[in-house]
Amino acid sequence: MLKTFKIGGIHPNDMKLSAGSSIRELAVPAEVKIPVSQHIGAPAQAVVAVGDTVKVGQLIAQSTGFVSANIHSSVSGKVKKIEEFVDANGYKKMGIIIATEGDEWMEGIDRTNSIRREITMEPADIIKRIQEMGIVGMGGATFPAHVKLSVPPGKKCEALIINAVECEPYLTSDHRLMLEHGEEVLIGVKILMRALGVNKAYVGIENNKPDAIDNLKRLATSFEGIEIVPLKLRYPQGGEKQLIDAITGRQVPSGKLPIDVGAVVQNVGTVFAIYEAVQKNKPLIERIVCVTGKPLREPSNFMVRIGTPVTALIDAAGGMPEDCGKVIGGGPMMGRPFTRLDVPVVKGTSGITLMNVEDSKRREASNCIRCAKCVNVCPMGLEPYLMATLAKLGRYDDLREAHVMDCIECGCCIFTCPSNRPILDYVRAGKAKVGAQLRAEAAARKAAADAAKAKEAEGK
Amino acid sequence: MDFSFIMITVAALAATGLVAAVILYFVSQKFKVFEDPRIGEVEAVLPGANCGGCGFPGCHGMACALVKADDLSSLSCPVGGQDVMQKVATILGKEAVAAAPKVAVVRCNGTCEARPKTVEYDGAKSCAILAANFGGETNCSFGCLGCGDCVSACQFGAIKMNQETGLPEVDEEKCVACGACVKACPKSIIELRNKGPKSRRLFVSCVNKDKGAAAMKACKNACIGCGKCAKECQFDAIKVENNVAYIDFMKCRLCRKCAAACPTHAIHELNFPPRPAVKPEAKTPEAQAQAQEQAAKAQ
Repeated sequence: MLKTFKIGGIHPNDMKLSAGSSIRELAVPAEVKIPVSQHIGAPAQAVVAVGDTVKVGQLIAQSTGFVSANIHSSVSGKVKKIEEFVDANGYKKMGIIIATEGDEWMEGIDRTNSIRREITMEPADIIKRIQEMGIVGMGGATFPAHVKLSVPPGKKCEALIINAVECEPYLTSDHRLMLEHGEEVLIGVKILMRALGVNKAYVGIENNKPDAIDNLKRLATSFEGIEIVPLKLRYPQGGEKQLIDAITGRQVPSGKLPIDVGAVVQNVGTVFAIYEAVQKNKPLIERIVCVTGKPLREPSNFMVRIGTPVTALIDAAGGMPEDCGKVIGGGPMMGRPFTRLDVPVVKGTSGITLMNVEDSKRREASNCIRCAKCVNVCPMGLEPYLMATLAKLGRYDDLREAHVMDCIECGCCIFTCPSNRPILDYVRAGKAKVGAQLRAEAAARKAAADAAKAKEAEGK
Repeated sequence: MDFSFIMITVAALAATGLVAAVILYFVSQKFKVFEDPRIGEVEAVLPGANCGGCGFPGCHGMACALVKADDLSSLSCPVGGQDVMQKVATILGKEAVAAAPKVAVVRCNGTCEARPKTVEYDGAKSCAILAANFGGETNCSFGCLGCGDCVSACQFGAIKMNQETGLPEVDEEKCVACGACVKACPKSIIELRNKGPKSRRLFVSCVNKDKGAAAMKACKNACIGCGKCAKECQFDAIKVENNVAYIDFMKCRLCRKCAAACPTHAIHELNFPPRPAVKPEAKTPEAQAQAQEQAAKAQ
């Protein structure tokens, strides 16, 4: 019996069209647009000026806090502009535009294909290096990796869990990575185990990737403490909390973090980036992007420099097809559609999925028939139909009571709804509102506490 | 049936009633809450719409605030207007201060024609949700999203969606300037402005902060921040900030020179008599010559 998580979940057609296509290196583009905010947290601050010459791997934007990430140049050339440009959502974001000249790398970056197996760094240095190299969660959430690895005092990490599930339909970048760079991934896992001081790591892989499971199992025999765990095919198994449940059987309580149950989860793509950062001194300047979709001529996997325009990737995968209704950044379940295609690939772009016209249209919504299918499939055990209604009515206090903040926005509810209701649209809007309320309350509490402290200090 | 049985029952009930009455009397004395009787009177005069336009949770809240307030200048009921405030002032024996009546204006003129769609949104029909996901269906990330959050926010049926333009329209007869639509609009397009003499108003019907070329490319009717209107204005009523002009209605004297100068017709004039010489929609060379003539005469 294969392991999986306990509550809810769905089984969409996995459509891994590009699974057989090996990773191809895409040509360095003539110009890259690199946003200074490619991660969750504070945007980085540009440290180069217009007209500066930069090399590949040079730091161009410095992180501005603990929850923030450094940004490095992905090409060598001249800084053309530092200005706001429109991002994939149609809003303006600050970024650095670099015109490519040649391909000159920073010194000290090991670009050879040789595998460095020996891990010499101390745990604290490893985390520091990860922070310097701007590594963020590559599964799409882009949470700075060093934050997760810095276990807060009083808490203990018991096991490292590697998320190689890739439960999102269509996407295959992690799959190809495990086939072509399996050993590097496992060395990366070892590095993380050393950084966290744990001697047990699990790599969770869904069983629709038997070749990847075999490859890693074969390689793992020479790595002590790494267990490859095949998992039953079920969406959203790649959710952090679902994966912990599937592998360890522990459930992360509402409002808590994985570390509260003794787990740290990292995506397999992040692990590879960490291997390159620690062993090869290479910052996060390129990533594997899966370009896929039914209408596309050649669904492929590319190794792409950060900042490459999305159009270049689609062209390389056979060009923009006639029958394309939607281009999604990420996969069809959790990805977000691009509103324009002159936008760059960023650290969190795990895939680009093209949908044909028929598939991209939503079907007409009708009334809720109270069938509770959304309740059945919700992997967080919530009541999506109720939350959607509460959000629509603006009853945010009740929405908070309904644990809207636990929603992981996986989209199982909207996938399964027989009335095609846009449940998640409402829930997401309500969650944003409640989140803003909570942040405001926390800020008010902090201000009050500070004021009380100041008063006390004055009294003394 | 024994007659005394009935008597006992009646006596027992009467005694219970008496005891309960005494308890209730003392309890009511003990926990008496004094409410100013004027609050009730004032509340009876207020329209009872509970729209929240005054800034209080409802008409009762407003009544309490009115009774407490020393002077009524800072408080006004947008629904009832001057009449109601006069009545309230009479009840309270205070002076009513005349507040300029206001009305909601929609500061976007990105009609379907002027502002072509670049993407299509088919999610939940709500501006708030659309805005949280992305900038909008056109290349203008500041303009009206057209899902009608303002229409559903209006309790007075004063806003309707114009199907042709895809923009909301305010019925100024019905609008009470409660500001519900202003709060509902995620793009902050709707503004409460002074109704003006004979309902005549001038305003910049655009909030696009993009640079001129980008704004123009996204929408033909956009304000491009050229500043021609500000130069034209003799009363210092127009400011151009972040590539968009804004007319201060407290300073504007409704001369309409700015509207004539605007190259994209982003400045709207409402309820003015038609211009004989310079029509904003047709800027022919003749019209320009006439305008110059007029200017020369004026000098």
